[in-house]
Amino acid sequence: MTAEIPGALRVAYKLLVNDRTKFTALVLGITFAVFLMIEMTSLFAGILSRASSTVINIGASLWIMDPSVQTVANTIPLPDYVLDEVRSIPGVKYAVPFYSGAALLKLSDGTYQAANVIGLDDSTLVGRPGLLKGKIEDIFAENGFLAVEDSEFYKLKGATLGSEFELNDNRGRIVGIAKVSSSGLFGVPTLYTTYYRALQYIPNTRFTISYVLAEPKHASDVTQIKARVAAAGYLALTKEEFTAKISDFYKYHTGIGTNMLLMTLFSFAVGLLISGQTFYTFILENIDKFGALKAIGAKGSALVTMILFQAAFVSLTGYGIGVGLCALVIWLARLQLPDYAAIITFLNLGVAFLMVVVIASISSYVGVRKVLRIEPFDIFRG
Amino acid sequence: MVNAAIQATQLNKWFGEGEARTHAVKDVSFEARFGEMLYVVGPSGSGKTTMLSMISGILRPNSGTVRIEDTDIWAITKDQLADFRLHKIGFVFQDYHLFPRLTTAENVAIPLILQDRPWDEAVREAVRNLEVVGLKNRAGLPPVKLSGGEQQRVAIARAIVSRPDIMIFDEPTASLDGDTGRNIVQFVRQEVLSEHRCIVIVTHDTRIYEFADRIMRMEDGRLAGFERGDGSLDAQ
Repeated sequence: MTAEIPGALRVAYKLLVNDRTKFTALVLGITFAVFLMIEMTSLFAGILSRASSTVINIGASLWIMDPSVQTVANTIPLPDYVLDEVRSIPGVKYAVPFYSGAALLKLSDGTYQAANVIGLDDSTLVGRPGLLKGKIEDIFAENGFLAVEDSEFYKLKGATLGSEFELNDNRGRIVGIAKVSSSGLFGVPTLYTTYYRALQYIPNTRFTISYVLAEPKHASDVTQIKARVAAAGYLALTKEEFTAKISDFYKYHTGIGTNMLLMTLFSFAVGLLISGQTFYTFILENIDKFGALKAIGAKGSALVTMILFQAAFVSLTGYGIGVGLCALVIWLARLQLPDYAAIITFLNLGVAFLMVVVIASISSYVGVRKVLRIEPFDIFRG
Repeated sequence: MVNAAIQATQLNKWFGEGEARTHAVKDVSFEARFGEMLYVVGPSGSGKTTMLSMISGILRPNSGTVRIEDTDIWAITKDQLADFRLHKIGFVFQDYHLFPRLTTAENVAIPLILQDRPWDEAVREAVRNLEVVGLKNRAGLPPVKLSGGEQQRVAIARAIVSRPDIMIFDEPTASLDGDTGRNIVQFVRQEVLSEHRCIVIVTHDTRIYEFADRIMRMEDGRLAGFERGDGSLDAQ
């Protein structure tokens, strides 16, 4: 035995879908709104993810930094004794220095290219990336650097194992091609080398460290380590907290978050206006028919169910097409623009879905109110 | 023996309050019988439509009762009344009110669908009823492809599909030319009316009076009297 769709819903479906112009306008309205909402929030999610790419790629449990640091890129040097201080805290399994800074490379063809240079602790290489080509121990070889094959890799102009460049009058040589999970935000290639080579090649304030990376012995030690670091006048953040701090900076202190939020709200408003207006017109055009149904014997609850079904059907169809369209556009954009920063997350999908539910609820509320108010007697009065 | 299908007793209906109050129906009492075609006639504003709405369970009277068979229809709940209309009363509206986005058969099937009958069964039954009104070959077309007379027949098929005891027609010939209007009412008289069914028709159209068993005349909200279809007086 197959389950039969209730007849009233089938009538509602036919009334909706067979009015092709209105149905198309309704679905397009929702699709357009969903597409814009997901595109906006995905771009923002992409930007936030890339802004924290170093934190994500290095993967250290604890980051110790100056309290004024806002993002991983804007390093404020720590005195190097902080490393010893952190190592002395009970509950710290190990702590290593970490370098992150910008550099200007002179490539083999004589052109200049900005790059992000990451210096890993010489003795442990904590935070090292996975390699696609080469051997990790070659990073200790003379002038050894690993180049990250991400969306910016092409800016190193065909770099491969053995390629050379100049960095502040020092020779650099690519000894490995690495792969990381997240590309950077600033559109520059990333190079990994050892901590001391980074300090050697890139001038810095003496006796300073960009960050100290630490690993607690147990998860329960984190609170105590943070307290001890704070007592010393510095800040210890877990990688999740550091990522959130970076996100908050871009959300609340750069204007990007406000602009994205406004665009998302505009998309929602456009979707609501198009769909709400079209659905209302659809209900108005059929209002006498709904009145006739009432006169014939349809209960108010049956009519409300029909309208809610129509609103839900249109909304889910528009939502599905909107999500698909957004995924297609991001895929197409990435074919042409490898560093196109957009990520569709479950949160984006959830937010867009909630907004579609609101659009459907408001549209159907207007329709339901109209239909419940029509009196069958009005049908007789014409 | 009086075989009452509808018993209306002391029906009153007014609209508005204070000086704006309009007393549309005043102390109207009458009976409509099974097997008869009762016309309700009178000038515009005489209360015909209001009275029709009250006896068909879609407009609550301010006072008075309406009994259809054994049910006091204004003493039951709103949902029970909706169910009652769905099963016991068939409506034919002046403007037909057919859904243009459904096929003719689906339009006719609507009362059965509202009764939760399976879709295919309801549509099959609808096609059988379209055959009764001579439109079986139009079952798959949308109503907009049909002429006015054909649409009226579709509305009749929809009204009879659930085998109601009472049928209410509101100005059935108003949108039709003279010949078509007469043919429709003649058809209703011959094919739809039965000894187990009562048909009440509100009309202005004097050309169809000949098909009535009785004509109830209303003036200024009051019942002005009964006539037979041939024009002779009826004592109710």
